[in-house]
Amino acid sequence: MSDGSPRGRMPSGEGKRPVADAAPTPATRATPGGPARTRVRVTSPRTSAARTRTVSIASEIDEQTRLGEVYITSLMRSQLRLALGVLLVIASTLGLLPLAFHLFPAIGRVDVLGVPLPWLLLTVVAFAEIITLGWLYVRRAERNEATFSDLLEGR
Amino acid sequence: MSNTASIVAVILVSITSLAVGAFGLRLSRTMSDFYVASRGVSPVLNASAISGEYLSAASFLGVAGLILARGVDMLWLPIGWTAGYLLLLVFVAAPLRRSGAYTLPDFAQLRLESVVARRVSSLLVVAIGLLYLIPQFQGAGLTLRTLTGAPSWAGQLVVALVVCLNVLPGGMRSVTLVQAFHYWLKLFALLTPLFFLLGALGSRSGGPDVGAVFASDWVEPLGGENALYLTYSLVLATFFGTMGLPHVVVRFYTNPDGRASRRTTLAVLVILSGFYLLPVAYGALGRWFASDLVAAGRADSVVLELPSRVFDGPLAEGLTALLAAGAFAAFLSTSTGLVVSVAGVLSQDLVRWGGGHRQGIRAFRVSTVIVVAVSLGLTFVAVGVPVARAVELTFAVAASTFCPMLLLGIWWRGLTAVGAIAGLVVGGGLSMGAVLSTTFGHGSDGWFGVVMTQPAAVSVPLSFATMVLVSLATRSRTPEHVSQTMVRLHAPEHIDLNRGSFHPERWNRRPARTDTSSVRVPEQAEAPEEREPDHPGTGPSAARERPAYGSVGPTARRPGTTVRRS
Repeated sequence: MSDGSPRGRMPSGEGKRPVADAAPTPATRATPGGPARTRVRVTSPRTSAARTRTVSIASEIDEQTRLGEVYITSLMRSQLRLALGVLLVIASTLGLLPLAFHLFPAIGRVDVLGVPLPWLLLTVVAFAEIITLGWLYVRRAERNEATFSDLLEGR
Repeated sequence: MSNTASIVAVILVSITSLAVGAFGLRLSRTMSDFYVASRGVSPVLNASAISGEYLSAASFLGVAGLILARGVDMLWLPIGWTAGYLLLLVFVAAPLRRSGAYTLPDFAQLRLESVVARRVSSLLVVAIGLLYLIPQFQGAGLTLRTLTGAPSWAGQLVVALVVCLNVLPGGMRSVTLVQAFHYWLKLFALLTPLFFLLGALGSRSGGPDVGAVFASDWVEPLGGENALYLTYSLVLATFFGTMGLPHVVVRFYTNPDGRASRRTTLAVLVILSGFYLLPVAYGALGRWFASDLVAAGRADSVVLELPSRVFDGPLAEGLTALLAAGAFAAFLSTSTGLVVSVAGVLSQDLVRWGGGHRQGIRAFRVSTVIVVAVSLGLTFVAVGVPVARAVELTFAVAASTFCPMLLLGIWWRGLTAVGAIAGLVVGGGLSMGAVLSTTFGHGSDGWFGVVMTQPAAVSVPLSFATMVLVSLATRSRTPEHVSQTMVRLHAPEHIDLNRGSFHPERWNRRPARTDTSSVRVPEQAEAPEEREPDHPGTGPSAARERPAYGSVGPTARRPGTTVRRS
């Protein structure tokens, strides 16, 4: 979907903005700054050409055609891949800890700053990892959804 | 020691909870619907309510007790209970909110389009809820016994009574405010004494007997027989069990949309992580100051006894009272949430009589009393399983039943009703058998006995496998509207799409998309207009009335978005 066109409601824009600025769309005014650009976005893509495509994709989904199914499946796949990625990270870090403790009992006798290493790993480190993964997941999942709705809006 | 302060604290918490509940009732009478109103609630406040309900007696007392008794291996409990929410976040949170389902049976009905699947889910919700209520009541009895010397049944009865008083008048609506209040109370109650205890530890150089405190089997992981299997089974149960708990799922409805439910869950992760460091600290401090409790078999009461071990006089009394208040808040919030969700399911699916709204309220109230009475009875006959252990087993049941149903139902079009039911029966039967044999004291020896004490590592994969294989065998019977359901579960709300017409209130007459007149006729007797202004509705049946439309209709569209397809 990275066709370099201005993206819709996502102000987070992940580096697409420069591209959008460079694209010499006739409707884009030279005014720099956020508000003016937003206004252009609302009016400019609302050409008849864009609208025709929008109608077709959303109604493809509504009619449950093969094409509509492909769109929904692509959204599901991207979200599922993301979720499985999180699961994989958890499984290969936290999930392998019991095995590591089993195979290398010496880990249990290591002290870090006066605290036994397993205690440190199973409290502060584990919770920090869980929160970080959750935060990354929310960001990515929202981006996937934004991509999907941009796709349906034909941008 | 004198315990007047503690008793006063417990009474205060009970009264405050009832008062906040009554306030919530008043408040929601002026609003058309509690859930619509709560849509303006920020993710953080919503997350405190969720955490308030989730942090039960097991978290408040049990974790510290188990860490005191068994050391580092028990750190997996708080981690699992938090990571469970991470998996809930990545696999379930947004789709479940978007489904518009209010309970797990609702979800089964929506996705599998089968009334039998709904009934089986309802039975399981009731079973899990009752099993989870037992340790809550146990904890309450234990707390009052520790504080006052009163017999265990007294405390159990008190909690049961307060829960009934809280639930009977207002149902779901009056509960949410109480939950958020309880979370902050619990946090404060654990945090304040901890500061004092740590201060005392700092001033008292050189503990009693360092060798006994940091015995190697306590500090180093995987002590005891079959530790590797038991640990992995525990990890599996807690990581995957959270998403299958009935009172957890209900809470997701208070989010405005799927996106907000993700953000709320993220806030829950932060809140839980912060909270769970506290019981761990109590367990470790208990090893220092109160290690004799293990031998006495009263490890669960370590949190409550610590202040009086270290301090004396009014300071000890005050801190104990604070902890008692927190513990009581923990029993109240979790058991209230459980009773509400179980009674809701019970009254809707299993004890139906009459079609009208007033009968609905009556059924809900009768169900509430039934649920409380039955779980109280079960608590009396259950042998003394440690509080956190009993909760662990409940998680195993949830992980081997609803977790596969949710995961496969949301992410795999191929799941059929027959497959789901088979998996629920296999996973539920296995794990329930294990739980009952442990809870009611019929342990067995050998490898089989080990599996029975910690069934998840066997029952969870088996349940998944059953669902997949049976679904593949009955491939011709995939639910008719599954494509539409997938659109509903996964497409962001602001996109204007057809998401089907499922509504939890009308589950037994799900109409096809096109025909309306023929199906609508019989339901007019109990149609929503019956409960418009003069009885604004009581109980969960009323609470779930309007929002279920919200996720389907144009109201789900966010205001900032342009409307396509004009």
